[in-house]
Amino acid sequence: MTGEQIMFYLLGGGAVLASAAMLLPPMGRSPIHSAISLIVSFFFLAGLYALLSAHMLSVLQIIVYAGAVMVLFTFVIMLLNLNADELQESRITPGRIAAGILALFVFGKLATAIQLTTAGAQSVDLSDPGFANFGSVPEVGRMMYTTFLVPFELVSVLLLVAAVGAVVLAKRSMKYVDRPLPPPAGYEHPAPSDDEGGHDAHAHGGGH
Amino acid sequence: MSWPVKTIAERTGDLLPGSPWTAALYVLLTILAVTAFMTVTGLVLIYAERKIAAHFQCRLGPMRVGWHGVLQTIADALKLLLKEDIVPRDADALLHILAPVLSFAGMLLVMIALPMSPSLQVADMNIGVLYVTAVSGLGVLGILLGGWSSNNKWSLLGAMRAGAQIISYEVSATLALLVVVLFSGTLQLSGIVQSQEAGWWIWRAHGCGIVAFAIFLIAGTAEINRTPFDLAEGESELTAGFHTEYSGLRFSFFFLSEFLNMFVLAAMTSTLFLGGWMPLHIGHFTVFNGVMDIIPPGLWFTFKTTGMIFLIMWFRWTFPRLRVDQLMRLEWKILLPIGFVNLFVSAACVVTGCYFFAR
Repeated sequence: MTGEQIMFYLLGGGAVLASAAMLLPPMGRSPIHSAISLIVSFFFLAGLYALLSAHMLSVLQIIVYAGAVMVLFTFVIMLLNLNADELQESRITPGRIAAGILALFVFGKLATAIQLTTAGAQSVDLSDPGFANFGSVPEVGRMMYTTFLVPFELVSVLLLVAAVGAVVLAKRSMKYVDRPLPPPAGYEHPAPSDDEGGHDAHAHGGGH
Repeated sequence: MSWPVKTIAERTGDLLPGSPWTAALYVLLTILAVTAFMTVTGLVLIYAERKIAAHFQCRLGPMRVGWHGVLQTIADALKLLLKEDIVPRDADALLHILAPVLSFAGMLLVMIALPMSPSLQVADMNIGVLYVTAVSGLGVLGILLGGWSSNNKWSLLGAMRAGAQIISYEVSATLALLVVVLFSGTLQLSGIVQSQEAGWWIWRAHGCGIVAFAIFLIAGTAEINRTPFDLAEGESELTAGFHTEYSGLRFSFFFLSEFLNMFVLAAMTSTLFLGGWMPLHIGHFTVFNGVMDIIPPGLWFTFKTTGMIFLIMWFRWTFPRLRVDQLMRLEWKILLPIGFVNLFVSAACVVTGCYFFAR
């Protein structure tokens, strides 16, 4: 076994273990522990990318997933603040079964897609001088803006849609914030300083 | 004069074919040296902070232990090590222990990429800037987990504030950093330093440099949770924020990584905008440049980083703490638009070659 293969099995095994820990008890029982396992698994994946000479991709994996997405995940989990008995229940509901079937379907589709793309592919020697810049930042940038320009721009449109959606959602909830809340039952208005509202205070029989 | 860079990783690589065990020893010694460097830097910075704070307030600061109190931090560190290490009963023990380790590990990983002089840099990655951004993100996770696992409302609030603040300000810091990447045309940290041989980017980039420098410094100060952005541990509101429940050794890990964060920010600012270890050069003024070259690069790096650290400490005694809404407004409504416009202007400058001493 070459050093590269040993590293592949170490990193890949680590990623699989961390993903398993994410789902199974004892780690899988608490959402925050699951999130930590997912972060660990992302780090192993980043190591795999580095092993494939895709240094930029591996660092971006850490910045985007481990750095930004997972911080938001943990943030949301902390805000939800689920209590223990909410987490204990593990009922099998129709929704969950449907979700499981859907996940299996997506997994099968991905597996066939990967098989189809790698079917005619040949392995290349990365030490070949033609691949000297493989995975480097200029090379990735060049490919993004020439060969894969349309998918790249479509993805940025997707991001824009998400950003606009977030603004729309935030605006809708702002309406409720702006409207003054009705006073709770039994609330007495404080005695106003001017004469105008003075009657109200007396009508409620406030003893000031 | 050219500046050949030889990193410690490269030297280890040279040793590897001949004697793998020497190379392994080299790696071990490097790890030890980096850890020792971090500890000593942390101690020195804590002493400096106390002395500078004291003199800003017309006090003397620590005076009793050693000459002018130089041994005070060592005494404090010993005291911290001997203190009882408490994990609260209702805390999530695993994460409570993991959190300070995580934030310290993030620091250690950043430290190996810093170019301190042409011969003193552990690893010089071709994506150095991205790498530093990536691994310094581990610090946020440490803070968030530390705050959550303590099972304490103050800790949780502090952690939430820190998380929101760091993620927001990371955007501006990255935009400012991209300006330098545009001008130097590389993501390699030693390459960025070498690109400043004709002059530092802060003045060579026709105004874009100094705007980016200001944004980076402000956003960086917010990212390391220092005054005026220290809402995450605002003493008057949250006791001690995310590390309220920490004591002994694990508290000192948080404390140390906070001060090392400041060192990393100062080192990164001086590397990106003030030329790192590159002496003060002005274009083709060979005599002036020759005089400046007499001072070795390592000293230049030390001077610049020390100056930046002093500036950051100065902020603390100059600006009052911001409110949460002011903090968010500063980032999303002031710094971010300026950062975007600055990035566009500097892209135009780079394309047209409109900056001082462009090749």
